[in-house]
Amino acid sequence: MTRELKRKTEGSVALSLSTLAALSGLFWLVFILGDVFVHGVKALNLSLFINDPVPAGAEGGGLRNAFVGQLMITLCATLIGVPTGVLGGTFLAEYARGRKIARIISVLSDIMVSVPSIVIGTFIYAILVKPVGHFNGWAGAIALSIIMIPVVLRTTENMLSLVPWTLREAAFALGAPYYKVIIQVVYRGAATGILTGILLSIARVAGETAPLLFTSFNNSFFSWDMKQPVASLTVTIFQYAMGPYDNWHAQAWAASFMITIFILVLTIIGKLIIRWRYR
Amino acid sequence: MAIISKKNPADLIFSFVTGVASFSVIVFIIGIFSVLISESSLALRHFGIVKFLASTDWDPVKESFGALTNIYGTLVTTILSLVIAIPVAIGIAIFVTEIAPGFLKGPIGAAIELLAAIPSIIYGMWGLFTLSPIMSTYVEPFLKKGTAGIPLLNILFQGTPMGIDILTASVILSIMIIPFTASISRDSFNLTPAVVKESAYAIGATKWEVIKNVVIPYSKLGVFGGIVLSLGRALGETMAIAFVLGNNHRITTSLLDAAATITVTLANEFAEADRDIYLSSLFSLALVLFVMSFVTLAIAKFFLLKAERKYSR
Repeated sequence: MTRELKRKTEGSVALSLSTLAALSGLFWLVFILGDVFVHGVKALNLSLFINDPVPAGAEGGGLRNAFVGQLMITLCATLIGVPTGVLGGTFLAEYARGRKIARIISVLSDIMVSVPSIVIGTFIYAILVKPVGHFNGWAGAIALSIIMIPVVLRTTENMLSLVPWTLREAAFALGAPYYKVIIQVVYRGAATGILTGILLSIARVAGETAPLLFTSFNNSFFSWDMKQPVASLTVTIFQYAMGPYDNWHAQAWAASFMITIFILVLTIIGKLIIRWRYR
Repeated sequence: MAIISKKNPADLIFSFVTGVASFSVIVFIIGIFSVLISESSLALRHFGIVKFLASTDWDPVKESFGALTNIYGTLVTTILSLVIAIPVAIGIAIFVTEIAPGFLKGPIGAAIELLAAIPSIIYGMWGLFTLSPIMSTYVEPFLKKGTAGIPLLNILFQGTPMGIDILTASVILSIMIIPFTASISRDSFNLTPAVVKESAYAIGATKWEVIKNVVIPYSKLGVFGGIVLSLGRALGETMAIAFVLGNNHRITTSLLDAAATITVTLANEFAEADRDIYLSSLFSLALVLFVMSFVTLAIAKFFLLKAERKYSR
């Protein structure tokens, strides 16, 4: 074999392996999503949304309590996490711009984004469940908001930094104080970006299970009370999938399907907005 | 160049409110750390820190707890998943940056990133009901047969293939971390200046030689940072493997045995821990995990920042 031929063969082998790797990535995506869709669609029915769970082993019933609980927990987490994250990001990009403290908080937030969510669950258990004496919905919402804050904070910081400094100077020249410049000029310029960050952070926490396992726990009954244990789709999936009953498994697939659709739609919208606005 | 007009009280208030919001991140980190330390102090004092970390006991009935089986499970699944994921992820990055035609680059990159958006509980469901049966009927018997006569390798595949084991969990983990490594590697590859690549092409290098000798060496800091970041994420992954690992508190040499990781133990036992020493031992596990992943993620961040500085010069 000549040297040229050897180099060429080595090259084509390596490049085909890379192509194969990309195909395998796509394969897993299609396999997992396809599996969830096939099983999920089969298990979807109206009863799932309008009925509460029936006693274990009995046929029928639904997951109305879990859908409502999931919405409540995610909504409360968003109401706590989004303002804190946006304001925190504002501080880093505006008042502390270029300072050391801004860099430190950015780096720590990046680390917090990837800290195991189950650890945050144990932390919240220690401060919000143990003292109260029982699992409660607020604990779950706050655990999720702690996961959300660094995500929103970092995207807000990045999006605000993209707004040209000269725009702020133009507003200063009109005599506007800094907070007015931020609220009326900078936020307006970065609104789409911040919104995208919020969408992606909601997508991130909507599928979280681990931090809810011992904070909001689970509840087989319908309840609006955030001071009591609240059912969530994700924890219900965990419980039902591990359980022995076929209709539990079917309902777990249906719940997985709904959650996956919700998160994929949010993620894709978020990414489309980024592409449309920033490229 | 922050300008706070001292005359305007509203400005002071707004800067204070935003400042408090951003310091919440520091408060959370210090809070998690100190709460976990105080909650775990009972167990750590009772068993001794070194003994707790080195003991393989995990017996709620006798109230004797040690972290080693959990740490072992965490490390084994994480390392195995990295071994599977890294070549695939780098292959994907090479494909997306160097091989794919322009109109495919965006969509394929985005599709791979969608893997990261799928919640871990969905991976768990899929792993339990779909992947695990495939592993136990096809993949594991095949690996067992293939390695039967080979010393050392056959130890890895001893036992009955059940599908609920370290191997299945590692495969799921690897699928979950591929998008992280792949997207960071892709971004690093993309930063290689075109001039450097073109010079290599000009002296007659093949595409693969350019990738191997120019692109990868140029971007190795970023790629390494991406790998360490994936390591940090894999350490803390819970729901994806909680279904398929089996929660078995023993140290095993076979990949076909059930095991326990820190995360899986926490997920399965935390809510039902009824005695103080049991709960405190679980808090100690959480503390160990927090320290492990925090350090790993800090190292990852260090390399990524260093890479960023190098490329922006």
